Amino acid sequence: MDATLHDGGRTPSPPDNGPPLREYRGKQAIASMSIDARDKNWYIDKGFEILMFFCGISAIVFVVGIFLFVFKEGMGFILHDMNMGEFFLSPKWRPTSLNNPTYGILAMVAGTAAVTILAMAICLPFSIGAAIYIAEFATGKTRETLKILIEFLAAIPSVVWGFIALSIMNPFIIETFDVPMGLGVLNSALILALMAAPIVTSLAEDAFKAVPDTYREAAEALGATRWQTIYKVVLPAAKNGLLSAGLLGVGRGFGETMAILMASGHSINIPTSVFDSFRALTATIAAELGETAVGSPHFQSLFAIGIFLFFITFLINMTADFIVRGVHKG
Amino acid sequence: MKFKAMSVATTLAMGAFVLVASQAEARTMIQNKGSDTLVNVAQAWAEAYQKIKPDVAVAVTGGGSGTGIAAMINGTVDLANSSRAMKDKEINEAKKNGINPIEHLVGYDALAIFVHKDNPMKSITVKQLADIYGDDGPVTKWSDMGLKVPGCKGDKIIVVSRQNNSGTYVYFQEAVLGEKRDFRLGTKDMHGSKDVVDLVEKTPCAIGYSGLAYDSPHVKKPPVAKDDKSTPVEANMDNAVSRVYPIARPLFMYTKGEPAGDVKTYLDWIKSDEGQCIIMDKGYAPVRPVKCAKK
Repeated sequence: MDATLHDGGRTPSPPDNGPPLREYRGKQAIASMSIDARDKNWYIDKGFEILMFFCGISAIVFVVGIFLFVFKEGMGFILHDMNMGEFFLSPKWRPTSLNNPTYGILAMVAGTAAVTILAMAICLPFSIGAAIYIAEFATGKTRETLKILIEFLAAIPSVVWGFIALSIMNPFIIETFDVPMGLGVLNSALILALMAAPIVTSLAEDAFKAVPDTYREAAEALGATRWQTIYKVVLPAAKNGLLSAGLLGVGRGFGETMAILMASGHSINIPTSVFDSFRALTATIAAELGETAVGSPHFQSLFAIGIFLFFITFLINMTADFIVRGVHKG
Repeated sequence: MKFKAMSVATTLAMGAFVLVASQAEARTMIQNKGSDTLVNVAQAWAEAYQKIKPDVAVAVTGGGSGTGIAAMINGTVDLANSSRAMKDKEINEAKKNGINPIEHLVGYDALAIFVHKDNPMKSITVKQLADIYGDDGPVTKWSDMGLKVPGCKGDKIIVVSRQNNSGTYVYFQEAVLGEKRDFRLGTKDMHGSKDVVDLVEKTPCAIGYSGLAYDSPHVKKPPVAKDDKSTPVEANMDNAVSRVYPIARPLFMYTKGEPAGDVKTYLDWIKSDEGQCIIMDKGYAPVRPVKCAKK
């Protein structure tokens, strides 16, 4: 600590109406060699600038790298073995069939979509309700405790959620609804709703906070009750933020793997009831990739699924991003 | 204080590194990878062998027969465990990489059929299994087999299978459905041999298949008949050794070329009475009848 203080003290401060710092330093250096503008701090500063620059672009490098890698592996399948119609419209996923391998992902897309929709239907009312309470009603300690507890939900690893699905929810669903098996759409949707709740709640809370207080004051000045203020003023004003919170929750649903692999029953099946088993796109990649010969059509078809997932998540995130930008402009 | 703690940690870490390095120098490592069915036995072999030959370490990893064979093709393992024979295509791929895989029979595994313990099933034929598991098979309800399963609401058979790259899945397809027939869509594809038994235990409507070694007292394993005329055979060790049980499969280890050196001595030991008693102890059948001391 002391050393830095001394160093800082040694650098002379520019006179009030003098030339800009850099020029001033140069002149000083000519006048007396004891003060060099390129002192230790200057190098530390420069060094950190370069380091931060690499940190900054590394994200872009990694994203582009991953993108290229996934495409390289998947393209072989897309160009040679893939039949577009079969891939998207057939529910038959039989990549290891000896007599006629088929690569249809319709059942998996339907299953993933069904569980995401149901999960959001469960998650959104609760999360938005929680966000309204935290942002508009709760104060002081209650508010802080609630926020910490909700963030704690986000800290539970997904494999633990999977265990909860298998060992608690499965028997619970079997007994409550009197069905033969509790692994399926309902189980996965409940788990996914709990997993997405912290993200959606924090984002929705941010959206409420972004609504200027003047709106609330104006509403109250006009004699609106608290409920009327929230329902007629705050909610419409936060609409875009809430929408993007919901969309990011959907993105979470499409991308979740481990918990869904354990909760879904992992069965290729277009679900027709909430108790049916299904198979998620992500879970298929996770379950099959490890045991597939590198470079085989099966291996590449899994990467094609990866590309498809990449596009879906990309679209969802872009839409959410555009909606949020709309909020800032409006 | 902080510096002191750090320097202590560094010294410890370096010490550990030196220790590991010196051990690695003295030992030969055999990389052994593959079949989940064999992983328990492979682990037991590796541990027992450690006591006999402390200078040879065997590193065992599971992941499935496909994983082991893929590693053999890529040349990253010394011994690949597989619960199915390598396909010609895979052997050719290996040869392209300059590797000539040699097959060694190390034991047999009987695939037991598991149903819930309340299921009244007396026995099942291979044809009935094919009707349940095969694509477009006619049996989807327990009543189609003339059974009424207590606790199974809705009568629908919950068909439990394995993920499509497991050796167990491939062997079941070969032995029950025939190579040309696919599995029914909508089976619950479990990710491990034990998961199948666990699910069947909790689900009255379910039927599943898994290695005999994963047998549990909480499930029922009906005897299996080759066809309508043959007598159903109990899934047990004796019937697997005598090969009268209809769905028993050989278990293999593959080496890169003819085994030599430490790999050869290890394999010879596995095939010896001592090694074969270990595989029997783990619930699989040995390659030939052996006499083992009762534990």
